[in-house]
Amino acid sequence: MSVLVYTESEQGQLKKSALEVASYAKAVANQLGTTVTAVTINANNTDALRNYGVDKALSVKNTALDNFNANTYAAIIQQAAEQESAQIIVISSSADSKYLAPLLAVGLNAGYASNVVATPLNTSPFTVKRSAFTNKAFEITQINTEVKIIGVSNNAFGLVESSSTISEEEFSPAIPESKISIESIDKATDKVTIADAEIVVSAGRGLKGPENWGMIEELADVLGAATACSKPVSDLGWRPHGEHVGQTGKPVASNLYIAIGISGAIQHLAGVSASKVKVVINTDPEAPFFKAADYGVVGDAFQVVPELIEKLKAFKAQQ
Amino acid sequence: MKILVCISHVPDTTSKINFTEGDTKFDTNGVQFVINPNDEFGLTRAMWFKEKQGANVTVINVGGADTEPTLRKALAIGADAAIRVNTVPADGFSVAKQLATVIKDGAYDLVIAGRESIDYNGGMVPGMIAGLVGANFVNNCIGLEVEGTNAKVIREIDGGKETVSTNLPLVIGGQKGLVEETDLRIPNMRGIMMARKKPLTVVEPSSISGETSSMSFEKPAPKGAVTLVSADNLDELVSLLHNEAKVI
Ligand SMILES: Cc1cc2nc3c(=O)[nH]c(=O)nc-3n(C[C@H](O)[C@H](O)[C@H](O)COP(=O)(O)OP(=O)(O)OC[C@H]3O[C@@H](n4cnc5c(N)ncnc54)[C@H](O)[C@@H]3O)c2cc1C
Ligand SMILES: Nc1ncnc2c1ncn2[C@@H]1O[C@H](COP(=O)(O)O)[C@@H](O)[C@H]1O
Repeated sequence: MSVLVYTESEQGQLKKSALEVASYAKAVANQLGTTVTAVTINANNTDALRNYGVDKALSVKNTALDNFNANTYAAIIQQAAEQESAQIIVISSSADSKYLAPLLAVGLNAGYASNVVATPLNTSPFTVKRSAFTNKAFEITQINTEVKIIGVSNNAFGLVESSSTISEEEFSPAIPESKISIESIDKATDKVTIADAEIVVSAGRGLKGPENWGMIEELADVLGAATACSKPVSDLGWRPHGEHVGQTGKPVASNLYIAIGISGAIQHLAGVSASKVKVVINTDPEAPFFKAADYGVVGDAFQVVPELIEKLKAFKAQQ
Repeated sequence: MKILVCISHVPDTTSKINFTEGDTKFDTNGVQFVINPNDEFGLTRAMWFKEKQGANVTVINVGGADTEPTLRKALAIGADAAIRVNTVPADGFSVAKQLATVIKDGAYDLVIAGRESIDYNGGMVPGMIAGLVGANFVNNCIGLEVEGTNAKVIREIDGGKETVSTNLPLVIGGQKGLVEETDLRIPNMRGIMMARKKPLTVVEPSSISGETSSMSFEKPAPKGAVTLVSADNLDELVSLLHNEAKVI
């Protein structure tokens, strides 16, 4: 009956989002008066979960699972849910979790609510609040099935510490044969990815050309942030397509989003407005982004950004 | 190859989002509906398969009669036929079940849907279809080639991309990259004329219950005014981000 949470790892390390969904699962378990079981796939170490209220960890270890595969991962989580008779399954909003969730929902005949932004409003009937209309509204959704899947929006709940005595069990589910084989992976491993980043530094056409991205990367470096860009910037080939954020690009739900030389067109804002705090740096005080931002600097990026880098370096040195 | 392109009929992004009937219904007043952008990329890729490989392309929507102009637009862009499953969908799961019934009956080889629709942003229909019909499923597709029954798919992953190979029948969740934006087509006069003669079949839904129900909507609290910081006083910005916003 416990709440089951899928805690993702990357190269053996639990992701920060895993701790966030564990925190969320703990809050739901408290509402229902039950415990939390986490399922991990090839995580080296599940110790961190004891700080976020997880009572039991089911650890799957198998080198055949080193690369993500939606079908096999969904099958594993399904078997964990069945073993634990879990009625609530909590997952993150990572691209991988969003890929496997619909397959899991079919497997368990479970209602699935994605982009959920808060703990359940009510547990009977079971209702959750989720973002819809590309962050322009919230929808209150009732999940009617016995088994329910909740996809938690990134950074919506945050990390909430709660210590527990965790027991770890090896879990060896049946692994179905995959009909999808990976031919190649082309991935920068040394960079913070937009999906995982707590801070995203994003720049637009106001930067004039690709040669000016050095300062954007430096700013991102100082902040431990991922870099992103507006659509025209990737269309012009100034930056790789994977950096394009917005309605037609990657969604961003970071804690801090810094928009530099980006006007704030509605299609751009639609994809980034789930970020908690937004800062805009733009020469034009009339740029629409100022209406959507929390903090703004009216100024030339070529002056403001280098100076901001210096100030942040000084700040970091003091910390 | 028989291709089915799933078309979600959504409010254009620039639309004002309002609700009526005690905040339980989306207010369609003055809203312009379009083909969901992710589906437009998929439809255009389907046109490539039609023109280069002789594929037959059907478009489908689960919705009321009001979605027909959107299906006609897809026909004008070049799809061969359209199907509308005549029910106002309860949730993503019920849409997927309706679509799965049509897909099984029609023996489609390739089903192209979008990564997510921009209205309910569920991101669930393509994966659920695949689960229900037992087809292979690749999400976040930014490239697709088919040779015989073999498909090679490029998909976006965090921080890069992955190339996978798999077999038909296949369902994909597509997005920008599947074709270039400059390849998107605006229906021309000839297309619009031809679309009128193409079949748009209305099928009645199989009775299916929704797993979730939409109860009501809320709009985000109005945002406070932006705090402006002078470009000469960036220490202030650093301090605000640290002390007030607590994000650095
Ligand atoms: C269907 C559709 C989907 C779309 N999807 C997306 C999407 O997903 N993501 C997206 O980003 N866009 C999207 N767009 C495009 C969007 O409408 C805008 O065209 C785009 O976001 C503008 O990019 P920008 O802000 O970089 O450029 P611009 O609008 O050209 O803005 C540049 C800004 O830089 C400022 N500036 C100039 N010089 C400086 C300087 N020296 N220092 C500081 N500021 C300076 C200017 O004042 C201006 O505000 C979409 C459009 C459509 C129609
Ligand atoms: N009512 C519908 N009719 C046909 N296809 C749909 C419908 N709703 C969603 N889809 C398809 O499923 C994709 C993802 O939608 P969603 O799961 O609602 O985010 C869309 O891009 C469409 O391809």
